[in-house]
Amino acid sequence: MALTGRSALRRRTLRRMTTLPLAVLAVGSLAACGSSPAEEVDTENLSGSITYWASNQGESVTQDEEVLSETIERFTDETGVEVELEVIPWNDLQNRILTAVSSGDAPDVLNIGNTWATSLQATGAFLEWEGEALEAIGGEERFIPSSWATGGAEGQAPTSVPLYALSYSLYYNTEIFEENGIDGPPATWEEFVEVAQELTQDTNDDGSIDQWGFTMAGASISNNSHAAFIRGLQHGGELYDDDGEPDFTNDAVVAGVNEWIQLMGADGVVSPSDAELVNGAESVEQVASGQAAMVFDQAPGNVFDNRGFEDYQAAPMPMLDADATGLEATQSHVAGINMSVFENSDNIDAAVAFVAHMTSDEEQTYLNQEFTGLPVVNDLYEDEAFQSDEIQLKQQILQDHAQPMPLYPSESQMETVVGTAMRDLLADVAQGREVTEDDVRDALTTAESQM
Amino acid sequence: MPVEPKLKDPPEPDQGVAGAGREASTTRPSPGERNQRRAQAAVASQVVQTAGASRRSRLFPYGLIAPASVMEMLIHIIPMVLGVYIAFLGLNQFTIGNWLQAPFVGLENFVTGLDPEGPIGSQFYAALLRTVVYTVISVGAAWALGMFAAVLLTSKVKGRGFLRTLFLTPYALPQYVGAIAWAFMFNQRDGVINRILVHDLGILDSGPFWLLGGNAFWVTVIVTVWQFWPFAFLMLLAALQNIPDEVYEAAAMDGASLWKQFTSITLPMIRQANVVMLLILSLWIFNQFNIPYVLFGPASPPEATLISPLIYEQSFNYWNFGVGGAMSVLLLVAW
Amino acid sequence: MIETRGFKILRAVGLTFLTAIVVLPLYVVVVTSVKPLEDVRGMFSWWPTTVTLQPYLDIWSTVPLAHYFVNSLIVVVTATICSVVLAVLAAYALSRFPFKGARTFSMMVLSTQMFPGILFLLPLFLIFTQIQRTVGIQLNGTHLGLILTYMTFSLPFAIWMLSGFFASIPKDLEEAAMIDGTGRMGALIRVVLPVARPGIIAVSVYCFITAWGEVLFASVMTNADTRTLAIGLRAYASQTDVFWNQLMAASVVVSLPVLLGFMLVQRHLVTGLSAGAVK
Repeated sequence: MALTGRSALRRRTLRRMTTLPLAVLAVGSLAACGSSPAEEVDTENLSGSITYWASNQGESVTQDEEVLSETIERFTDETGVEVELEVIPWNDLQNRILTAVSSGDAPDVLNIGNTWATSLQATGAFLEWEGEALEAIGGEERFIPSSWATGGAEGQAPTSVPLYALSYSLYYNTEIFEENGIDGPPATWEEFVEVAQELTQDTNDDGSIDQWGFTMAGASISNNSHAAFIRGLQHGGELYDDDGEPDFTNDAVVAGVNEWIQLMGADGVVSPSDAELVNGAESVEQVASGQAAMVFDQAPGNVFDNRGFEDYQAAPMPMLDADATGLEATQSHVAGINMSVFENSDNIDAAVAFVAHMTSDEEQTYLNQEFTGLPVVNDLYEDEAFQSDEIQLKQQILQDHAQPMPLYPSESQMETVVGTAMRDLLADVAQGREVTEDDVRDALTTAESQM
Repeated sequence: MPVEPKLKDPPEPDQGVAGAGREASTTRPSPGERNQRRAQAAVASQVVQTAGASRRSRLFPYGLIAPASVMEMLIHIIPMVLGVYIAFLGLNQFTIGNWLQAPFVGLENFVTGLDPEGPIGSQFYAALLRTVVYTVISVGAAWALGMFAAVLLTSKVKGRGFLRTLFLTPYALPQYVGAIAWAFMFNQRDGVINRILVHDLGILDSGPFWLLGGNAFWVTVIVTVWQFWPFAFLMLLAALQNIPDEVYEAAAMDGASLWKQFTSITLPMIRQANVVMLLILSLWIFNQFNIPYVLFGPASPPEATLISPLIYEQSFNYWNFGVGGAMSVLLLVAW
Repeated sequence: MIETRGFKILRAVGLTFLTAIVVLPLYVVVVTSVKPLEDVRGMFSWWPTTVTLQPYLDIWSTVPLAHYFVNSLIVVVTATICSVVLAVLAAYALSRFPFKGARTFSMMVLSTQMFPGILFLLPLFLIFTQIQRTVGIQLNGTHLGLILTYMTFSLPFAIWMLSGFFASIPKDLEEAAMIDGTGRMGALIRVVLPVARPGIIAVSVYCFITAWGEVLFASVMTNADTRTLAIGLRAYASQTDVFWNQLMAASVVVSLPVLLGFMLVQRHLVTGLSAGAVK
């Protein structure tokens, strides 16, 4: 890595503070200590350079670099600040952040999955968005409320701001629907199961089913936990109780998860093979290849495009009751990517200015078009760039039918234990074992004890 | 503690057949010549000793191990000590940003991580036992295949150059690729293994799951053996080079069967290389992380969870570095 | 070795079996690498319905593979050379001089292999950060940091294995050379090393491969400029899509040079002993 003036400066300061090489394991701690009151931020007179870690949004790291370079170029032209960009694959992002947080050897600005926001907030390593920093990005009101809510725990100043928004919706293979004379997507869970059962067929009469009504990535920990969250809410129950304690075993969550597991079990509309799928993209593939009729996904566009598949439509995820309101009308968690600034950055001004740049109307339009995401700012709802049916639908879901994943520091542990428990239940079903609602409850009880 | 190879002891003269054989291949000294040379050598070492009984020659071996020691210190020992220290800290997401201020929690992590009654501790012991079984089977199979291939390809067979390279390919393939290729092949829906079993050979009616449930354990073993046996092969092949043909010829003349030759000549003569290799292979396989990680993702099926992925899960998925550290310390002590 | 008929049959059967288990996955990799993406999934076909070389073109733009390749070469070759040199020195000391502390040293080296590698990750990163701050040498995200890490990873085994090889070489050889006035180091280089060649080559191959495929440490200790191949390969399977065919094609491409190297090196695994032998 090139030595920038910034890091050289940091090194000099630190060297003065540390004389004994061994004693200084200690300095790692300089990294970040708790949250300090709102910084004075001056985004008018900028100079120097910053480092930016971006997550991988497009179909390849190279493509992301190209897209982001353009927006960075515009930022550099405006402000004179150089941005050193690194696009980090998802596999590595969490560990990179973790090592950065603990060592203090960190970038100035970075992307995080918005469901990690509260867990990362607890480390105290990130800048709080309030006061001048908040003003610099135009204030909370600019942002879609549901996306803004993912920024951190309730009652605390958020430590991340939304960058890209996404939401789950139902995608279905229109060709299969037409062949079977089904007019439109199912609106309620009951209809959904019925349609899925009807579409689960042995099309070539060889004695084995080759077209399934629905497909899921049964071994994807995060997808499973999203399902538990959404399905639980549809039944009126949350994963945490009012005191913020994990509560995976309330009747609503158990019912929601059970219905999900039974899609492969009693309902028989999901191929047992799906229990092995680790990656959501692999289940989308099943729809593209005609092996399955429906899937819930956030952004299947790339997979469809790469396989030349166009016969699909998006619809809202079915609810228990088509007229449900409030939490029970949940169709998705508020998915997306947020941006954070490391508090120990020695160019906070430029870092904040860069976040302001990335969340500006112009860049939001550009970035979300390139990455097929949804803008996180209200003004762009009417923008002509985002008027396709699919985008309109997803924006609507995001605005009216989406809840943030639980905003507690243990959120990431919760995803792991709940997602893993569901994966193991699906594996049992796939291997021909009967799984009852009691088994589901037992599995969730065990999961809860691991928290 | 497994058998430790004797590193300090110089080989006894009669075990030095390898070297003798080497000479034999070129000049074949008569016993007389050998004795003479040995006498010379004795004189020589005396000369060296008297002339250089100085500090310099006593320090010489320390000079030789110094660079390696420094590197080991820096990259292995200090991080290891730090790792042990972390086992006594409440190091989690709330303290990770300032880990030196993390509270000292004494044995709390050991209680959480290692209590056989607790949800985490019970997983730990099950995984420990499973890992021992996995290690024994995988090391045994990798060694057997490697030995078998090394013996076969030390004999003069056509195309042995080609086969030697071919057998090393699983090892040359980046570990990630090898494991992902197997995951692709063991896929229940349309993988090649089920294709062979169900469609091509018709042995089974429907494809079983390989990456779920109990089979996942055996898949881990298979992939491990596939990736590691070429390593055993490579090391044993190199070791076998030190055994001169003459020894076998002499044994054959005495009427020893091939099996007898193998057990009474081959095995004893490569004993040291063998022990080191087995020991190291066991340690690696015991601590194996990559293979299950690539096959199953960040969390293995419960039937196939090995100890390293479990520690990773505690440390990096749950951000509970203290508990992960406590588990590692117990392993270190158990050895 | 006198080859009986039974041995020849056993050999034929054995080699066929081993060839089969080695080749099957390799075949799957190669066949998948020439299928179009939409044909990759669906029941595995022994022969692709459509053969395409497109994946071999696409791999270079999906991931900056060539760049990563160069990074890997720099890191891995340097680490291998350094590791072997250090190991030769230490192994020679262990096998020739019964010095005080030899046992401690070898135990220390061995003990490092008993600790699960994943637990080194965070501490090592913290220490590197510390060195950066106190000494001013950038280690995280640089080739140097990875070289130091990799060379040390393979050191313990290299030392142990080489001291085994050295121990089996009779002392007489060097001592004879030393009578002729060669120094200790001279004897090591001119007498011991040539004889230990198969061992040194085997150990070098080991060091090379250990570093070549390493993922975990590389994933945290490299940045966009210094990323290695092993990390690059994983990037073909992203959250948005899994490019199976490109992943397999890239695997073939990165493995070929290594195999070529093996082919050249494997000849040196065979010493004069069995090749030019007395038969």
